[in-house]
Amino acid sequence: MNLLPWSIYLTMAGALLALAGGRRSAGTARWIALLTAAGTWILTLLAATRFVPGPGLQTLVDVPWIPAMGVRYHLAVDGISLTLLVLTGLASTAGVLFSWNIEERTGEFFALFLTLVAGVYGVFLSADALLFFVFYEIAIVPKYFLIAAWGSTNREYGAMKLALYSFAGSAMVLAGLLWVYACGGAHGFSFGQLTHAAATLSRPGQIVVFALVFFGFATLAGLFPLHTWAPTGHVAAPTGASMLLAGVVMKLGAYGCLRVALPLSPVAFAYWQTPIAWLAVTGIVYAGLVALMEQDLKFVIGYSSVSHMGFVMLGLAAANPRAVSGAVLQMFSHGVIAGLLFAVVGRMVYDRTHTRQLGDLRRMKLYRLVPFATTMFVIAGVASMGLPGFSGFPAELTILIGTWTAAPLWAAVATVGVLIAAAFTLRAIQLGFFGSTGPSSASATDGPGLHAGSAPHLSPITWPEKAGALLLVGATVVVGLKPDLLLDWINPALQSPLLQAVLKGGAP
Amino acid sequence: MTPDYAGLFSALRPEISLVLGALLVLGLDLTLYRRHSPGGRLQLALWVGSLALLTAGFQVWRAEPGTVFGGVLIIDQLAMASRLGVLGLTLLTFGITQGSPARRQPAEYVAIMLLAASGLLLMAAAQQLLLAFLALELASLSLYVLAGFDRTRPESAEAGLKYFLFGGMAAAFLLFGFSLVYGATGSVELTEIARQIAAQGSNPLLVVGLVMVLVAFGFKVAAAPFHLWAPDVYQGAPAPSAALIASASKLAGFTLFTRLLWPAFGAAAGSATWLNSGAGWFRAVAALAAVSLVLGNVAALAQTSLRRLLAYSAIAHAGALLLGVLAVGSAGPGPLFYYALTYGLATVGAFGVIAVMETAGRCERITDLAGLHRRSPLLAGCLAIFILSLAGIPPLAGFFGKLTVFSAALHAGGIRSPAGGLAVLAIALSAVALYYYLMVLKQALVAGPADGAPPIKVPRAATLALVTAAALIVWFGMNPSALLGLF
Repeated sequence: MNLLPWSIYLTMAGALLALAGGRRSAGTARWIALLTAAGTWILTLLAATRFVPGPGLQTLVDVPWIPAMGVRYHLAVDGISLTLLVLTGLASTAGVLFSWNIEERTGEFFALFLTLVAGVYGVFLSADALLFFVFYEIAIVPKYFLIAAWGSTNREYGAMKLALYSFAGSAMVLAGLLWVYACGGAHGFSFGQLTHAAATLSRPGQIVVFALVFFGFATLAGLFPLHTWAPTGHVAAPTGASMLLAGVVMKLGAYGCLRVALPLSPVAFAYWQTPIAWLAVTGIVYAGLVALMEQDLKFVIGYSSVSHMGFVMLGLAAANPRAVSGAVLQMFSHGVIAGLLFAVVGRMVYDRTHTRQLGDLRRMKLYRLVPFATTMFVIAGVASMGLPGFSGFPAELTILIGTWTAAPLWAAVATVGVLIAAAFTLRAIQLGFFGSTGPSSASATDGPGLHAGSAPHLSPITWPEKAGALLLVGATVVVGLKPDLLLDWINPALQSPLLQAVLKGGAP
Repeated sequence: MTPDYAGLFSALRPEISLVLGALLVLGLDLTLYRRHSPGGRLQLALWVGSLALLTAGFQVWRAEPGTVFGGVLIIDQLAMASRLGVLGLTLLTFGITQGSPARRQPAEYVAIMLLAASGLLLMAAAQQLLLAFLALELASLSLYVLAGFDRTRPESAEAGLKYFLFGGMAAAFLLFGFSLVYGATGSVELTEIARQIAAQGSNPLLVVGLVMVLVAFGFKVAAAPFHLWAPDVYQGAPAPSAALIASASKLAGFTLFTRLLWPAFGAAAGSATWLNSGAGWFRAVAALAAVSLVLGNVAALAQTSLRRLLAYSAIAHAGALLLGVLAVGSAGPGPLFYYALTYGLATVGAFGVIAVMETAGRCERITDLAGLHRRSPLLAGCLAIFILSLAGIPPLAGFFGKLTVFSAALHAGGIRSPAGGLAVLAIALSAVALYYYLMVLKQALVAGPADGAPPIKVPRAATLALVTAAALIVWFGMNPSALLGLF
């Protein structure tokens, strides 16, 4: 079982090697990055085969780190974190494959990329809130440079906005954690000790602390109205980075909410439960409506990410084992599907056509030019709509059923969000890849740039793109057909005493 | 009690090494190396100076703990650690001196740096008002000269004069404050002062004296609203001088400040809660910290000059360090020392990068950093570590400095106390600070170089100094107990 900590160390080492390899040639850096990401993913899968699901965290490493503050270097795993570790390995491997065309400063790109991934592995493995925070911050900083240096549209704005939102969120988390630690008289930062310490605070104190920690993490999870960094950041990011952002970094926020914030204070959670749920529901509907109106295909996907992450937050807010297990499944599912969507739009389409405007794309009728990309986008689209057979279906269904038992009204409004998601996804598929057959297409032929009349030559899809896309499609299909693969890990983990204090409603 | 001159001599061996080193530097330069090129003379001066620093470091390492000469000096953990810190930071400053423009009088420059270091060493161990004042003046006078040393640039003269005038005023305040304290307690020994204060309680004379001392130290550590000299001095002084002023001088200053406030005036701290209306310096220091944090962070947002940005960031960090001073009462000097030392390392490093860049061309505006990753990957990488550490990003040392100081401040009185409120304020402002730190790194790591900007060649000594500083920041970050465990 002690393989998992190596995912952090190997990825860190891979980052340094990629930096060094990049000085020799771009190809060296690429292969180092691919071997690191894929090797680490295989490592997590190997560890997963030996994993015995059970309640509570299973310690991997536990040594004192800062004795003066009782901070421990404590890595541990349970079903929830294992699910996300496997997702991280998958998303980072696919991300490297879709970054294969980075020619400028390749070594530095992959070094930052792998540093981010190492931070993400660290977060999912941490069993000490301060260690968790340290890894969380390690994952935040590279994002800024990835976007600002290698991004596209409005990249400096998008990068700075994302960095400031993330850092403001993490400052709230730090303030909350230190408050609990110092004022609650805790002797360390383990989740149990913090919960114990929080219980000694006054009720208003608990409510404020919970809000700091929860909304701090929720910023990164894209909870409405703290989500505005996400679309601009996703659009500005280079493809590999937006895959990581949507695929795993937003999950960091949601995971922080689940792992650190929720168990912190059951009293305060009861106070905040309804507002959080309504914010999540509002986010689902609002982001869906924006996605329905957007003209930039990447913005459509960016807002769809916010909408789908709203389901995760709703599942957490519903706070019964079924809804929460659905939320974790949705984290995995959205990580895979959003990664695929961004890959198709950012790498397969935009890098070839140099436009993401639906108005331009629909004149090109991409299904004739890049059939592979079209197929992948359709698969990802229907998976994202929640068609049975793909991972989005069991995830959103579980969340909605779980939410229904908690509060039918939330589930009812969220179902409207499902319909909107179908609408904006179909619109994106139709306009982006198949063109429109209406009268508007006739008048569009005299527009500037590429148009349907003279089919432009687009470079063929390369093998890394195919490999990456097939990996992600495979994952969503496997989990869609047999969600129990993950649910069998997740459900026992929800039986841990810390979570049981918050989750009501017995076994799923 | 018979004066123990032998004990005094053995306790002062580090300072003696430094002074002898300074004389040797001057002597060699005047005799053997008179006809050599300025570069060669600087090399020799730095070698001899470094040797003097290492000797002094060895002496500090071997010094026996205890009080010296009837309590004039105290050699305790804090004194030892600060003295080693001062020597280490000065050594790093020597490393980056090589990278900056050759001066007309290299030996004098190095000799004065050694004298400043000896003053700082005395400050770190002083336990008596008169000696504290003398040590502070020895260090300050040397630093005034260092700030105005570059006679080819009018900004340097301005920096020297401004620093001197403000510093002179601060010294006047300090001396007047000390004399009032002496008048109120009848002693210049810190231990005796503590006893008297505990016995007689609050006393108007003492309060006035204490306020004067606070004002003087506010000047010394560049806490708002006594910070006005800092941006001009940081901008005008030669880069190594600015590095010394910002790092070693700050470390020694905070050590002395802490020693004055807690062991001597601890009884006059006043209550740590808002509710208590009794007078005390606790709330005055808290106010200084709050103003420094807000002013430093907000003003830094508007800067276009890299050095002025570092100056305002230094003011903000002074606010956090004052918070650390408040927390000494409950948490001991560990967090404060950790913060001051790691901040010093990052600042020396940042000024080192500036020094190297100035030798190669110019480094006035933040935009002059553009394309540094292309022009010198080493400088860009080191600068990223220094700036991210200043911004408080883990796993670099700057984060753990903030973490320990803020958590100690929250421990000191809970969330409702001035210290607790300040800690939350400081955490909130650290999100603001990230903006201007990222603006610097954006130029260095993201933007492309200006047309025709040549690659930068980093001198070997500067490379060594910068890499050492960066490695220490990473090491102390991964392993904070290496410093925190000392106390």
